[in-house]
Amino acid sequence: MRGATRAKWAVGTVAVALVATACGGGGGGGGGDGKGVLSSSWGDPQNPLEPANTNEVQGGKVLDMIFRGLKRYDPKTGAAEDMLAQKIESKDQQNYTVTIKKGWKFSNGEPVTAQSFVDAWNYGALIDNNQKNAYFFGYIEGYEKVHPESGKASARTLSGLQVKDDRTFTVKLNQKFSTWPQTLGYPAFAPLPRAFFKDHDGWLKKPVGNGPYKVESYTKGSAMKLRKWGGYKGPDKARNGGVDLRVYTDNNTAYTDLQAGNLDLSDDIPAAQLKNAEADLGDRYINQPAGIIQTLTFPMYDPQWGSEKMAKVRQGLSMAIDRKTITRQIFQNTRTPASDWTSPVLKADGGYKSGLCGKACEYKPAEARKLIKEGGGLPGGKVTVTYNADTGSHKDWVDALCNSVNKVLKNDKACVGNPVGTFADYRNQITAKKMKGPFRAGWQMDYPLIQNFLQPMYYTDASSNDGKYSNKEFDKLVDEANAETDRQAAVKKFQDAERVLVKDMPVIPLWYQNGSGGYTDRLSDVRLNQFSVPVYDRIKVGS
Amino acid sequence: MGRYVIRRLLQMIPVFIGSTFLIFFMVYALGDPVAAMFGDRAPDPATAARIREELLLDQPLWKQYLHYMGQIFRGDFGTAFNGQPVTELMGTAFPVTLRLTLVAIVIEIIVGVTLGVLSGLRRGRALDTSVLVFTLVVVSIPTFVSGYVLQFLLGVKWGWVKPTVSTDAYLDELLLPGVVLALVSLAYVTRLTRTSLAENARADYVRTAVAKGLPRRRVVTRHLLRNSLIPVVTFIGTDIGSLMGGAIVTERIFNIHGVGFQLYQGILRQNSPTVVGFVTVLVLVFLFANLVVDLLYAVLDPRIRYA
Repeated sequence: MRGATRAKWAVGTVAVALVATACGGGGGGGGGDGKGVLSSSWGDPQNPLEPANTNEVQGGKVLDMIFRGLKRYDPKTGAAEDMLAQKIESKDQQNYTVTIKKGWKFSNGEPVTAQSFVDAWNYGALIDNNQKNAYFFGYIEGYEKVHPESGKASARTLSGLQVKDDRTFTVKLNQKFSTWPQTLGYPAFAPLPRAFFKDHDGWLKKPVGNGPYKVESYTKGSAMKLRKWGGYKGPDKARNGGVDLRVYTDNNTAYTDLQAGNLDLSDDIPAAQLKNAEADLGDRYINQPAGIIQTLTFPMYDPQWGSEKMAKVRQGLSMAIDRKTITRQIFQNTRTPASDWTSPVLKADGGYKSGLCGKACEYKPAEARKLIKEGGGLPGGKVTVTYNADTGSHKDWVDALCNSVNKVLKNDKACVGNPVGTFADYRNQITAKKMKGPFRAGWQMDYPLIQNFLQPMYYTDASSNDGKYSNKEFDKLVDEANAETDRQAAVKKFQDAERVLVKDMPVIPLWYQNGSGGYTDRLSDVRLNQFSVPVYDRIKVGS
Repeated sequence: MGRYVIRRLLQMIPVFIGSTFLIFFMVYALGDPVAAMFGDRAPDPATAARIREELLLDQPLWKQYLHYMGQIFRGDFGTAFNGQPVTELMGTAFPVTLRLTLVAIVIEIIVGVTLGVLSGLRRGRALDTSVLVFTLVVVSIPTFVSGYVLQFLLGVKWGWVKPTVSTDAYLDELLLPGVVLALVSLAYVTRLTRTSLAENARADYVRTAVAKGLPRRRVVTRHLLRNSLIPVVTFIGTDIGSLMGGAIVTERIFNIHGVGFQLYQGILRQNSPTVVGFVTVLVLVFLFANLVVDLLYAVLDPRIRYA
């Protein structure tokens, strides 16, 4: 086997390369004494590295290392645990009092106070700052003043935020939201030091945070060196000396470097290498669920697809997709067939319910044919699946999906793919409601809560409701769930809302996406969190 | 000579304006880049509108173009979407690519011309035939194949070199990528030198030089080579431009953070300031390289005079 021989060679070269890197690395060396520095693959962050402006994994990687917020999601269980928060209290699920812990500092020596949070949130929400995650602050009272739908801001700060003293501030929300404290683990809610506001350009060149690492040097577009910060107060102190992030434009190159031992950790295994990865890396290959679900969204605004009687056709299409075969053949099991609209990383406790969708998400050729016929058949006898062709291997699975549908309907031309050249163009067509048939969508969660998998996408006029689905019953159940004080009761309500989706099938759940990665034998305790970002502070570096 | 140079420089202006406009137009035609900045979720309309306004995307194309050209003449190439000035990106990217190009050109000249001279002087012999076969093979292999194969063999399998280039991109690290980048052009240089040399070897002035009793070495270097190199110099000159722009593939394979990397990233994100800025500089490089080549003609061939 080609793969097997490659692995052998790789081990041989690792030893050679390690000697070289140990000499070259600044503070490197050290035999598992917590001083070793590891190198890890990275992509150039799309936006400036401000917490409220980072909405993709690469920038998120850095924020996760240099910032700690009020809460933090446990990398294993996904539960939101107090980090800087001493307590977050509320009597009515709408007015919250936040008390932060004593003694925390930013790595430039500034203390972390209530003001650090309030300033940061005000900055993130204000429209003048063009922060792409501004909508996260949309639940706080006064948001529509600092971030109006159009025109200029009529206030500079959120009226719902009040600093009481150094360690306390209050938050007033514009609606009841019982699980709001659990959203605070998202990096957009991180505190910011005064240095961020005083010397903004300087801060962007070398970000300063309060996390277990501090930035030693940052060469934009190519590398960032992070080192363990000795003054870090939290319980999750780094177990290694630091991380060197290296930008790769091509994940194939990163994989080659990993094989040659020139790179310690790559968290993006190219699709073409998935077949070899297990043979090449053995147990150093990570394949772990991430909070990402891939779906097929119907344009509910199009009467051809959105009408009530078309629900049967939509369900029928869902049952015509052989998810199991596609995930195995095309994705080498790095995707798992979906049977609800959430993600396994939520765990049963958090609202994930395997099989909630029932047989509507199973491969049932005969029933699929029957349902589609009952619903009046496909509009015009065919269905086009639109996708963006520039990234990912979307073409491969769309073709496979269509093939599966065509086989079920015994018609070679029933389903065809419709590639759109660039992602930007694709998004523009979606926003302009130009879709004439189902289109692909991927949702990466912001925080591990069932609310985040449902409300932003299926609630009437929600921010990411691309198909413009609207159902009063669904909306009502979500509202009730948000007002629920008991977490388990809230989860139940959300699941009831999800059952409405089974009936309407405005979006076909396809599969849950895994995070994949690989590392050299120099490292141990490597795992990914729910956002498929490596948990750097836990990694141990051997010699 | 001076007037010739001035005329050539003036000719560059319409070429420059035309090419920048074309690039600007093409990047613009790709569509609105703002939606993609928000990833898989619908952009918040207020923020999107503000970003569009700041990037002047809400203006008609000709206004954007005029504004952009105005900026360029003030030495400001705009700001990339990640908040970095494009001039800063150029400052880091161009030296790296320039170094890579130089390594490639040096390899091209040394190996290409040497092989060309050797086979040109030994026409029809075994050496000539093997060089012919070698160049044919090299020309027919695309860069990405030779790149990945050499990288895997030397970098992973035998572990002789690091498979990728570090951020600093030292010269020794650039040797392998330089060879990969040079391979195709190297074959052309070899063929070109050989043919031109073979042709000129029968020329009258060479016969005269030999008849004068000059040593063979002097005949080859002073008379034969100098005249035969004219087409080769033209080729190498134009190659500088295409190597700098065409390094995208090589730079991706070896993870070199040069011009190709920035262009690729820029195109992927529809970042018009980056793409147009870099291509504009490449256009300039191309134009100047051509001018230098034309001027070099006069140096190499005394019969050519510019007025």
